[in-house]
Amino acid sequence: MFGLNRNDTLLLIVVALLTMLAPFLLNPFPEGSSLAQFNGGYPDLMQRFVIFGIFAIGFNILFGLTGYLSFGHAAFLGVGSYAAIWMMKLLTMNVIPAIILSVIVAGLFSLLVGYICLRRSGIYFSILTLAFAQMSYALAYSVLTPITGGETGLQPKLNDPRILDAAVGSGVTPRANLFGIEMGTSWQMDWNGWVFTFNAGYYLAAIIMLIAFYLSIRIFRSPFGLMLRAVKTNQNRLNYTGVNTKPYTLAAFVISGMYAGLAGGLLVAMDTQVGPERMFWTASGEVVLMTILGGVGTLIGPVLGAGLIKYMENILSKINESLLEAWFAFMPDAVSDVMVTLLSLFVGKGWHLTLGLLFMIVVIFLPGGLVGGLIGGGRRMFRSNDRKATRKTKSNQTPPTSQTAE
Amino acid sequence: MAILQVRNVSKRFGGLQALNDVNLSVEKGTVHAIIGPNGAGKSTLLNCFVGRLIPDTGTVMFDGKSLLGIKPHQINQIGVSRVFQTPEIFGDLTLLENVMIPTFAHRDGAFKVNWWNRADRESDVQDHAEAILQEIGLYEKRLEIADSMSRGDKRRLEMAMCLSQDPKLLLLDEPTAGMSRADTNATIDLLKRLGETRGLTKVIIEHDMHVVFSLANYISVLAQGTVIAENTPELIKGDPRVKEAYLGTEAE
Repeated sequence: MFGLNRNDTLLLIVVALLTMLAPFLLNPFPEGSSLAQFNGGYPDLMQRFVIFGIFAIGFNILFGLTGYLSFGHAAFLGVGSYAAIWMMKLLTMNVIPAIILSVIVAGLFSLLVGYICLRRSGIYFSILTLAFAQMSYALAYSVLTPITGGETGLQPKLNDPRILDAAVGSGVTPRANLFGIEMGTSWQMDWNGWVFTFNAGYYLAAIIMLIAFYLSIRIFRSPFGLMLRAVKTNQNRLNYTGVNTKPYTLAAFVISGMYAGLAGGLLVAMDTQVGPERMFWTASGEVVLMTILGGVGTLIGPVLGAGLIKYMENILSKINESLLEAWFAFMPDAVSDVMVTLLSLFVGKGWHLTLGLLFMIVVIFLPGGLVGGLIGGGRRMFRSNDRKATRKTKSNQTPPTSQTAE
Repeated sequence: MAILQVRNVSKRFGGLQALNDVNLSVEKGTVHAIIGPNGAGKSTLLNCFVGRLIPDTGTVMFDGKSLLGIKPHQINQIGVSRVFQTPEIFGDLTLLENVMIPTFAHRDGAFKVNWWNRADRESDVQDHAEAILQEIGLYEKRLEIADSMSRGDKRRLEMAMCLSQDPKLLLLDEPTAGMSRADTNATIDLLKRLGETRGLTKVIIEHDMHVVFSLANYISVLAQGTVIAENTPELIKGDPRVKEAYLGTEAE
């Protein structure tokens, strides 16, 4: 179906179901229960899941396929965001032109950056992209203040031209919409104490994420994707095979830059604001973590990694000491004090510590990331079953070969 | 007719004169061996054919076109394929993918963003790659990962990759280096067979005299960067200059 093989179609359908049912799946705990703060099913966070999923999917097309590790992809995210907000200021609050322009501008910018950075490979390429991103951040922060709003960033203002939109009444803030449907619109469903929120912005972002995911599967399975994997494996051989590797890597770089721009445009479509911190190097590092955590070069891994990191960022950071004290109140005071002191290091502002530990565990014990670990585990089970079966029948047949892990 | 013409090629690395006024002419459809003791400049010469090195002076003409100053992928696109001394393959990919990549490069040229089609639905490329693997005897292993194979199989895979492009000239850099006697003989048979069916021109650099005399129609002997003798295998065997070059410098 959809021109994909059976496994890929299945994967696409599963991802589609998960994203469409996310408001239920991410809210497993009833409202008001002590576990309700672990619910991730509120619009703001769900939007972030899918938008950063897009960012990571695009990053994986570059890093996962060609092996070129960019440390500056947040620059494209930021450029996309600025492009989108200007579209909202000048043209219309409809998100479609904003998103389209963000992709185009990020694509052009990544063409320029990629053309220069891809003159080198390995660590030098990474450093060059990092330098470019930090330069973009510095420019947005200070030099280009008339365009970027400097430190405060940009929001749509009442006196913006917005030539396609009717004038808004005084005191009404202009809101991002899709042909009249406001992105912030939510519909709530109460059911036996559970509250499920369905948000227009989330569903727009989720549908775009599914399209982006589908396109990335096509790229992965295409002759173009095969060439990119060949770049990662043996660039020297590829050159002596009659392939000009430069334009291939540049194409992958621009495609992943456009994905980043799309994510940036969607972020603006959801919260209609942008600041230079979106381009800071930690934001570039975050997408690297997402991709590695989920599984480099796998189709679904980056989306899972993005979800996990965004979940931890938003949920773990909300847990504070008084909450911990409430949890451990049933224990003797001395024990509870120790537990609270210890655990409070890992939550709230210390959530990065948990992320760091998790990252170390994954990299050391699951070199293929979460998805690589799952596939590896499944394969080991499959193989041991297979061996048992072989022993039973005492046949000497070779075990079935499995396709390359994706 | 000469398919490869090398005239007055010299190359110097610092104080070392690696190639000194080399002249060579490879006839179409022949197997031309370049032999010589270690450090004679054989690999340097080969690197000048594929665009990895540019000679200081002289010309290298292939099929009427100069090979100097054009990039390796362009040289490959006009019909020159190379087998490396240590097999250069796509180790993370399956054998089938390994052969499909050069086939795509042959069909689509040096660059094409063919991102919508499925690689495994490009049946012309797939069928061609499978036929080549069949011919070379690796068809059964086509879904295995290339890195998991023995060195001999890797070498054969690399040859399959080159052959899939239907090259006019195949350059082989010590195709049997590090192989057992049985593997070496198998490789000799394979190369003979491929020569018969395709009428392919081959240039072989080789240390192993058994291989050279089994395959070559013509031999050039390189010593200290210069061609000291060239002739048919029968006449090279008795040439005193060749014996001197080998025995006088180091025992091979």
